[in-house]
Amino acid sequence: MLGDFAVLLIAAVLVNNFVLVQFLGLCPFMGVSNKLDTAIGMSAATTFVLTLASVCSFLIYRYLLEPLDLIYLRTMSFILVIAVVVQFTEIVVRKTSPLLHRVLGVYLPLITTNCAVLGVALLNINQAHNFMESLVYGLGAALGFSLVIVLFAAMRERLVVADVPEPFQGAAIGMITAGLASLAFMGFAGLV
Amino acid sequence: MRQIFDIHGGIHLPERKNMSNPGWVNDCDMPSKLFLPVTQHIGAPARPVVKVGDTVLGGQMIAEAQGPISVPVHAPSSGTVTAIEARAVPHASGLTDTCIEISLDGKDEWVGCEGLVNWRDETKAALLECVRLAGITGLGGAGFPTAVKIGSDRGRDIHTLIINGTECEPYITADDTVMQCFAQEIVEGAEILAHMVGAETLLLAVEDNKPEAADAMRQAAEALEIAEVVTFPTKYPSGGEKQLIEILLNAQVPSGGIPADIGVICQNPNTAIAVRDALIDGKPVTHRVTTVTGMSVKEPGNRRVMLGTPIRALLENAGFDADSADRIIHGGPMMGFAVTDLDMPVVKITNCVLAPTRSEISPPQPQQACIRCGVCAEACPASLLPQQLYWYARAKDQEQLERHNLMDCIECGACAYVCPSHIPLVQYYRSAKGSLRETVKERARSDNSRARFEARQERLEREAAAREAKRAARKAAAEARVKAGDDPVQAAIERAKAKKAQQRAE
Amino acid sequence: MLDIIFGNPSLLALAALVGIAIVFGALLGFAADRFEVEGNPLSDQINAILPQTQCGQCGYPGCRPYAEAITDGDSINKCPPGGEDTIQALANLLDVEPEPLDVEHGVEAEPTVAYIREDECIGCTKCIQACPVDAILGASKLMHTVIIDECTGCDLCVEPCPVDCIDMITREGGIQDWYWPLPDGQNRKSLITTDRGAEQAAA
Repeated sequence: MLGDFAVLLIAAVLVNNFVLVQFLGLCPFMGVSNKLDTAIGMSAATTFVLTLASVCSFLIYRYLLEPLDLIYLRTMSFILVIAVVVQFTEIVVRKTSPLLHRVLGVYLPLITTNCAVLGVALLNINQAHNFMESLVYGLGAALGFSLVIVLFAAMRERLVVADVPEPFQGAAIGMITAGLASLAFMGFAGLV
Repeated sequence: MRQIFDIHGGIHLPERKNMSNPGWVNDCDMPSKLFLPVTQHIGAPARPVVKVGDTVLGGQMIAEAQGPISVPVHAPSSGTVTAIEARAVPHASGLTDTCIEISLDGKDEWVGCEGLVNWRDETKAALLECVRLAGITGLGGAGFPTAVKIGSDRGRDIHTLIINGTECEPYITADDTVMQCFAQEIVEGAEILAHMVGAETLLLAVEDNKPEAADAMRQAAEALEIAEVVTFPTKYPSGGEKQLIEILLNAQVPSGGIPADIGVICQNPNTAIAVRDALIDGKPVTHRVTTVTGMSVKEPGNRRVMLGTPIRALLENAGFDADSADRIIHGGPMMGFAVTDLDMPVVKITNCVLAPTRSEISPPQPQQACIRCGVCAEACPASLLPQQLYWYARAKDQEQLERHNLMDCIECGACAYVCPSHIPLVQYYRSAKGSLRETVKERARSDNSRARFEARQERLEREAAAREAKRAARKAAAEARVKAGDDPVQAAIERAKAKKAQQRAE
Repeated sequence: MLDIIFGNPSLLALAALVGIAIVFGALLGFAADRFEVEGNPLSDQINAILPQTQCGQCGYPGCRPYAEAITDGDSINKCPPGGEDTIQALANLLDVEPEPLDVEHGVEAEPTVAYIREDECIGCTKCIQACPVDAILGASKLMHTVIIDECTGCDLCVEPCPVDCIDMITREGGIQDWYWPLPDGQNRKSLITTDRGAEQAAA
């Protein structure tokens, strides 16, 4: 059973990476990856939101929506759950690090509309995960997102000081690099 | 045989040392004028204590130290002070500094010099004071005040003193010559230094390209029990004190620290001789051995030269051919800098004057783009990442420069030497270090200003509150008086009324 | 009541959503109360970067009010004494784009120091009252003089002086303050070495 969880985790982190393979959650990926510290802060916030939202969504679905035959409300209620978790996260971040809160700016509440978060919640249902599988899947998605955003931030920090030709400076070379990174992650296909 | 270790990186350079005939010292002719800068060291400038027109004797103190990190300056020979003004000094900036100009009378009369009767009987403080008053700085090229270096208390006992006779830079043979000719004096000075710092081990380090110097040192050190001569393979920059400590003791000085933090002190052989001369003979620092070399000099070699001698005089003494010379370099080819004005004087840190021809040391090739090959990181003796430092220095990213330990760079030039794109890496690091230091200074100033501003705001608030309190107190007192019936105003009115009534009655 | 709700699917949906909303709303309210933030540590960090001349050129009465304004979203390019370095440091801290200095508020000038021409000073203490860092030494009817190390060059003392005896002179660095400039060999335009040769020939 532990092996199944390991496979699920690796699949979520590497093989079907949410950002570079499934192309979800690209907004914070491109917008917050300018500096490594900000990226680490964002990945921590998203991990927290993703895991918690994944679990809460599963619970709401299994124990409220399914018994009451209200499955069609799943999108609304998931968004509600995610919004609450994000708001809670924002409160905590503002308390612990006002600088991170100022730097993340609008991207923190934008986690609500991050398709990766909603995607995980819906995919859990599609793939009929049980509670533990939902938790592991959510955690795996979060770890995959964190891995990629931290790697990308490190690369962008070096790109900013490198000798990039003028037409490519800024977001353009960032996009190209993201595309190359995505190609690299395609190499994991068939791993599990 | 003592086990020796190796440093990371380093490069092997063509030595070109034989052309300056190490092992022979000639005296440089006495010039007509000497120009002595008040700053020949790291630290606060010395303050002149003579006036224009004063007669001075050799060995007389002409500028006194200012503050704890400073050294005095002494006159090398007798003469008259003819000017105290700003002149070009040997400094990479080409800027001027206050120099004391002495016109020599040629008689070379000296003040009476008396050394200590027995230095072993003196306290460490007294010995340090002697070293300080003699104007001794690091004579290997750095110029840090020796009394401060050996007197520093970093919370650890010093267990090893290393006499750094490595001299790893090409062309320079001043230390080699001094070790061959004055080995006995070096060992005496080293013994004094070891006693002063309390070291149990004395290592005399010589690179293996100087076998004669090593032999001379071994002979001189035979009698001294704690002394041991250690030779090790030649590599640049083994002579950096942190690199030398790693080679001899397999110990690394912590990042941002100094060797005293791990209980080691390094001194140059010339400095050891200067300490010996100061304590035993009572003589201050007035001369030094300087290598004059390069293919545009007909008689290259080592010269014992008076401090303050114009470089031109020193070069001409060695048969300088101005037409074939390309640049004149103060110091060695790796860590020295070009001097523009040949009237600049020889100072305490002038270990070499190099006058190469254009073909001997060609001008630098044009800088090309960095190809990210990483050879610089392989060559760095401090195990830094020169490529990253280069990118961040270009981008002026001070936070990242600090994270990559820019201040641990010893500016040896190994990275720039191996760079296939001929990027002058050390220039970037020097500039970045300078702006980092300036930022720290600016930050300290603005913190100070903020503290003063906030203190002033507090003071104004306190004064306003005190005024307010006084006013309230006066008002309360007046009201209290009225309540108690003791109202002076009312009493005065009553008196006036009574008077009027009396007048009317009359 | 429960029968009505369970009987009617849309009412049930509404009730379910409202139920979830109430539970989570309560949670959030509790969190907001528990994790309340006092003061504003961000403006302290910004204030630490500003040069503390208290000159008012940014439009605010001092450096701390400007720091608090930046926390509230004001732009970072209003400080002439801080210059490009301060704008860069603020941009790094707040992860925003550095903008060039807003010339409406002044231009970046050499650091200056106030100097009182003592022959003309009448001892009125107006400049002492004006100095935001108490860098002027003196008392009523006694000589006034500027302490150079404390003066920030804000020039707030120049105006109040009734006899106009205060000069602002450039602060000079000497050989101790000098450091190497950056090498200028960085040639972003030429991509291959032959380009560089053509440029040098043209120059």
